[in-house]
Amino acid sequence: MSASTARRTDLRYRIGLNLHAVVGRSYPRIIGANREPSWIFFEALLPLLGIAAYVFVYQAFGSRALDAIMTSTASAPWGICGDHACLDAAEQALERAKALANTNALIASVVLGGTMVAFWLNVLWSMASQLYWEKEIGNLQLYMMAPMNRMALLGGMAVGGMVMTSMRAVSTLVAGILVFGVVFQVADPLLLLAVFFTALVALYGLGMMFASLYLLWGREAWNLSALMEEPIFFSSGFYFPIGGLYNMPGGWGRAVAIIGAFVPATFGLDALRQLTLGRTAFGGTIWIFDVQTELYILLLMAVVFLILARYSLAYLETLAKREGKLTSRHQ
Amino acid sequence: MPYAVETRDLTRVFAGKKKRRLRRKPTPNADENHLGPVTALDGVSLQIREGELFGLLGPNGAGKTTLIKILATLLLPTSGQALVAGHDVTKDPFPIRQRINMVSGGETSGYGLLTARENIWMFSQFYGVPSKVSKERIDELMHIFGLWDKRDAKVRMLSTGQRQKMNMIRGFVTDPDILFLDEPTLGLDVNAARVIREYVMNWVRGQSGKTVLLTSHYMAEADQMCDRIAIIDKGRILACDTPSNLKRMIRTETTFQLEVDTIPDTTSFMGLRGVKNFSHKNDISKNRSHLTFILEDEGPVAEILSSITSQGAKVHSLQKSETTLEDVFISMVGRGLD
Repeated sequence: MSASTARRTDLRYRIGLNLHAVVGRSYPRIIGANREPSWIFFEALLPLLGIAAYVFVYQAFGSRALDAIMTSTASAPWGICGDHACLDAAEQALERAKALANTNALIASVVLGGTMVAFWLNVLWSMASQLYWEKEIGNLQLYMMAPMNRMALLGGMAVGGMVMTSMRAVSTLVAGILVFGVVFQVADPLLLLAVFFTALVALYGLGMMFASLYLLWGREAWNLSALMEEPIFFSSGFYFPIGGLYNMPGGWGRAVAIIGAFVPATFGLDALRQLTLGRTAFGGTIWIFDVQTELYILLLMAVVFLILARYSLAYLETLAKREGKLTSRHQ
Repeated sequence: MPYAVETRDLTRVFAGKKKRRLRRKPTPNADENHLGPVTALDGVSLQIREGELFGLLGPNGAGKTTLIKILATLLLPTSGQALVAGHDVTKDPFPIRQRINMVSGGETSGYGLLTARENIWMFSQFYGVPSKVSKERIDELMHIFGLWDKRDAKVRMLSTGQRQKMNMIRGFVTDPDILFLDEPTLGLDVNAARVIREYVMNWVRGQSGKTVLLTSHYMAEADQMCDRIAIIDKGRILACDTPSNLKRMIRTETTFQLEVDTIPDTTSFMGLRGVKNFSHKNDISKNRSHLTFILEDEGPVAEILSSITSQGAKVHSLQKSETTLEDVFISMVGRGLD
């Protein structure tokens, strides 16, 4: 080619190119997706209804526990404290405070889980199946023809998804606090942020890996995403502390929790709950690991998923180019 | 002179697909359950010089889009070699991707929630075009393509023509050295198509080092725009030369066009002595057929007329025409593009 059209290939150029690509690809999610005010109804208010169902159940349990503590009978004039009659007013007050704290902790767990649901759904429907949809509308071939690194494409999708979903998650969280009167006690905000962002990177790393695999599976991917909604809500403990499942007698709960642990949201939520409710919440016996360990696990997951995403996308791109699957037949 | 694009014995075979069957039971004959492999490109060798506006003409399924997709690094060849800007599409795609762009007719790319301007800007970012430069180019191109009024309209609100203009701007905004245009004026109105054609020609000829590979269904468009044209059918290049040389190739032949009442049987024409090739189009609304004959000389005309009248059809017009690219195409492929 003529000298005037010589192109750069050095590292600095490549870094700049890929940063541009990340910004470009995140733009439709950050700016475009917020242009439709309907998202407030669908993605902030509707999830609140899902949370409300669990909150009301937990509130009902809390009320029953409080009734038992506060109802005086001939055999238990200071009410029931656990499996015995309260000895005096002081023990009754202590038991009442414990019941209120546990109810708050359960409701707070649900609200936190509800906000994390937004991220999981975003990973499933806007990360994992995204490349498939991009292929259907004709964008994928334009992406694959561009000189940017493919990880920049996935990275842009992930950054856009994180920012967009954070807005929705924060609105759900704020609504949850205002509507249900949940109290969070954050002792270590820096650690909280570190856990939150590491969990997000690991979660979106998983999404990036799925995105590559979905590229090959096509329409079947839709079913897989649907399959990974409710079961993961359960096995990752989105609406209850996962330790409760892990400690279930009989071993089946432990098996389900171990399967769920492959989704970074499991350890992310467990650590976030410890950091916002206090390690002593629920008697301090319901957590899987301490926060530090869970942070390391999340870091490891983030690295592994990102590496797997990088190599699976490269492999599947080559495979798709060989089989002619990068574009739909009509394109 | 360096080649912008060069292919050597390029072949692409698509694997066969299993037939979708309503009956679950497969037929005893295994061949009937599969659609066999399809050879989309069969030993294509081409050289496109830098600075050339090169046309690729062929009917549907001829292999035009497959060739462009291989050159755009979106598809791997089964065998043979393709070089773009001197780099192998299989082994070294990165420097190719920096230099190319592609626009297809009827493309529906982009995001409906973004404006036309934002969409083009987004795609320019994948090529690392600085944001300020990108926005300046977009504004300039939007004025040229007559899309300025729609710059802030959401993409989903654009008409087909406006959307295609947006796609064209997307192709030019990255300032590629080599642009692949796959039926860029497909379905556009006359004015929109003219704007695009003129800009493409000026873009190639007004600066050095720019190359366009254009596929088109419109013979006149290819004739008007292209420096050289390759005619492709069933994955093979049948001829490759300048439009005038291609026409000269069959100038010894004579082209006759007839407008007649719709006739039921046209198969007999090819059997007439002296008829080298033949095509026909039916105009159902007027109950007329337009017949084009490529003849060795004027000898068979009388026989053709008698064959038409013997079928009870009336001849409304008979015209001996100048050789067009369409005549060349019919002469080589044995049928028209429609």
